[in-house]
Amino acid sequence: MSEAVAAAAPGVRREPGKFWIVPPAALLTLLFFYPLALIARQAFLDDSGVANAAEVISVLHSRFFLNALINTVTISVAATAGCLIVGLVLALILAFVPFPGSGFIARLIDTFIALPTFLVTLAFTFLYGSAGMLNAGLMEAFSLPLPPVDFLYSTWGVVLAEVTVYTPFILRPLLAAFSLVDRGQIEAASVLGARPFRIVRQVIMPAAIPALIAGGSLCLLLTVNEFGIVLFIGAKGVITLPLLIYSKAIQESAYQVACIIAVINVALSLGLFGLYRLAAGRLGA
Amino acid sequence: MLVWSRPGRIVLWVLFALLFGVLFLAPLAVILLSSLADQWNGVLPRGLTTEHYSDVISGAAGDSVKASLITGFLASALALVSGTWAALSLRLQGPSLKRLLGLLFFIPSAVPSVSVGLGLLVAFSHPPLLLNGTVAIVLIAHFVLISAFTFGNVSAGLARLSPDFEQVASSLGAKPTYRLWHVTLPLLAPYLVAAFGLSFALSMGELGATVMVYPPGWVTLPVSIFSLTDRGDIFAGAALTMILVVATLALLLGLERITARATGT
Repeated sequence: MSEAVAAAAPGVRREPGKFWIVPPAALLTLLFFYPLALIARQAFLDDSGVANAAEVISVLHSRFFLNALINTVTISVAATAGCLIVGLVLALILAFVPFPGSGFIARLIDTFIALPTFLVTLAFTFLYGSAGMLNAGLMEAFSLPLPPVDFLYSTWGVVLAEVTVYTPFILRPLLAAFSLVDRGQIEAASVLGARPFRIVRQVIMPAAIPALIAGGSLCLLLTVNEFGIVLFIGAKGVITLPLLIYSKAIQESAYQVACIIAVINVALSLGLFGLYRLAAGRLGA
Repeated sequence: MLVWSRPGRIVLWVLFALLFGVLFLAPLAVILLSSLADQWNGVLPRGLTTEHYSDVISGAAGDSVKASLITGFLASALALVSGTWAALSLRLQGPSLKRLLGLLFFIPSAVPSVSVGLGLLVAFSHPPLLLNGTVAIVLIAHFVLISAFTFGNVSAGLARLSPDFEQVASSLGAKPTYRLWHVTLPLLAPYLVAAFGLSFALSMGELGATVMVYPPGWVTLPVSIFSLTDRGDIFAGAALTMILVVATLALLLGLERITARATGT
């Protein structure tokens, strides 16, 4: 039989096993795309299969949805900006002002990618919570009656936790980009009397921009989808879209409302995913 | 070297230490400390104890370590097979189909995990596929979420592989199956191990989809940690988090060592 295939080969282009893609693709379709399609269906149709625009419109106009949308966008934009700044500062020092052990530190920060995100929130409770180390210290030192630091259970607590968790996603592409920067160029500029700030602006930043765009759009995507940090903060006022889906579906059993919000959240995520692919493609990653 | 003056460098290093300390070191140190704290009302805990660990291990939380390890192992193994399969068979497709399918295999990583959980609930809550309330639905949720990462890692590995070995094997008359088992997969092995390690770590920390679908008897570590802290038992939550962190890091380090031996670096 293999002879027959080989004999037929010279005429037509040989296409061995073109259909091998079918099993994994079918698995992905059944377990991921089919459920996703059902979410969309349940969002727009009621149980009898009739379109229910009224329900969709009432959810989209509801206060809880708009609040969650505003919170999600505010938090992800602020956290991404924070990640970009912190990541850039850390990467510049690691790459251009290295110290003994900086390679090890860079790899240590890298392993944070593998740790669960809610770990940071839990730690922040001990650090900055109302009975945490910082407040206890300040109250003891200045004999204050009330805990002075009170940002943890707000939007800013979530933002700080997300900056911690997602900075490695900026740091990694930045360090890769910086390793390609010509050291001789920096030294030449420095010998010619350029100040570090100017070298950063004129020599290093052009190399960093693609990495910042790719890392930044990945951060936007991940922070829009972030769930663990917000759930663990447990603040009533800080509800994001993923948390709203969870509370509508699991706590209130309002599956249709959950599906409508999920459609919006997935659309937002896929838009950001497209942005990230575009940026990463430009970067050549 | 960008900054030549010693004081300038020291200022930058202090800035680095401050950022690194506040953002990365302090959270880990504090989780470790609180998991060992006897009582903690002031700046530092009063007395240290291993009581939280023994409470956590003897209690129902011991089961969640098992649930997480089994879920992580099975989901990662399945994701490894399907991701490798997808990446290998994608090479046989035409360029436009290759691009489209490659994108589709990546999409699960871009969708919020809570929505993946919701989708599974909606799809598999009634016959013929009634999986709601079973362990299988947790495994499926983890598999879906990590499959994109294994696919991505293996594809990246394949792209870096020199095609020469396969062509030489082919010209020497090796059949496709023989070539796959004796040339391509061994060359890919380091990437497969790395992909497996990353999926396992991701599965161990997965919360969003699991919290949507888990049945009462199969509580994974993150869900268990959440219910402990939600009840106000944050010391036990910290102890369980330390177990999760140590298990994840041990796994990653072990796999890294295997990869290093395989690539001879």
